[in-house]
Amino acid sequence: MIYWDLFLAFFIPNIIGYGGGPAIIPLIEAEVVGRYGWMTAQTFAETLALGNALPSPIATKMAGYVGYEVAGIGGAFIAVAATVIPTLLLMLGALGLLYRHRDSPRVKRMSQWVRPVIAMMMAWLTLGFLLESLNTSGTIHTLIIGIVAAIALIRFNTHPAFVVMGALVYGGFFLG
Amino acid sequence: MTPPATSWQLFWAFFRIGIFGFGGGPAMIPLVRAEVVTRHHWLTDEEFADVLAIGNTLPGPIATKMPGYIGYRVGGVVGCIAAVIAIIVPMIVAMIVMLGIFSRYRDVAWIRGMGQAVVPVVMVMMAQLTWDFFDKSQAALGWLVSIAMAIIAAGLIYWLGIHPGWVIGAILLAALLRPAGKKKAEGAA
Repeated sequence: MIYWDLFLAFFIPNIIGYGGGPAIIPLIEAEVVGRYGWMTAQTFAETLALGNALPSPIATKMAGYVGYEVAGIGGAFIAVAATVIPTLLLMLGALGLLYRHRDSPRVKRMSQWVRPVIAMMMAWLTLGFLLESLNTSGTIHTLIIGIVAAIALIRFNTHPAFVVMGALVYGGFFLG
Repeated sequence: MTPPATSWQLFWAFFRIGIFGFGGGPAMIPLVRAEVVTRHHWLTDEEFADVLAIGNTLPGPIATKMPGYIGYRVGGVVGCIAAVIAIIVPMIVAMIVMLGIFSRYRDVAWIRGMGQAVVPVVMVMMAQLTWDFFDKSQAALGWLVSIAMAIIAAGLIYWLGIHPGWVIGAILLAALLRPAGKKKAEGAA
């Protein structure tokens, strides 16, 4: 059942992913590309690029678009609901309990201990994007775009939207 | 005290946050504060800090938990729904429309080239996030523990093919059940 699969594919990453929306991206990739094969690495990368170029939270943009791709409006609704509702209900329902434990070392430890695993999955995803790009665009184009993007993003703090737009122009001219 | 808020006010406040907030949920928190504390006085500074701390005790995106909770608190169930919809729906629609147009013309060579060219950019962004998470991780746990945990997790997930949910779930359980006050719990969050 596609709606149930969609629900699980977004419910699981969001219920274990500590560290906000960005931490959830590699977990969503593991479901959407790895487990269910709804998207290729290429289309996932394109979705993520546009997601990073637009404002508003990244986790719900990914959920909305992937859900729509897989099962139309209903799919988008299910994926977004699986992203938003469970943790929001927990927050509203268990507020008193959470408030008492908000400075608890155990709670702090939960997000601290998960972080190396998330970082490793992010590194794995980075490597996946590198291999994908080497495969489709070749070494030279990958190096040019990657190095220019890195300098723009890290050295000059350029807005991601402009970096993505620059890559689109480059790709339109040199990779077509 | 919290002045009453209409759902409409909540909608516009979170709509603005959604439209001007780039860089994912955690990067949007200052904007939420500007609307909720500074502009509308729905929460005091202290209350806002508490809501943020409580939000961080839970997994999942912070930029939906905060609007949902703040919307509920100042506008009831309708306020909660209005705030969440305002922050997420406009850009989901934008994604679907833009990527829909893009994939319709995927057969055109130069459009496909555009799609290929963003992959290295996404790679750089993901590398930045990777570094950011490793750096925070080593600040809290040290390099040795962080790298050891990363290698073990990589072996379990990518070599043995265990679903990441089980690995992370087991870690969360261990962190929760281990008696508090051991030295590993120290250090910055």
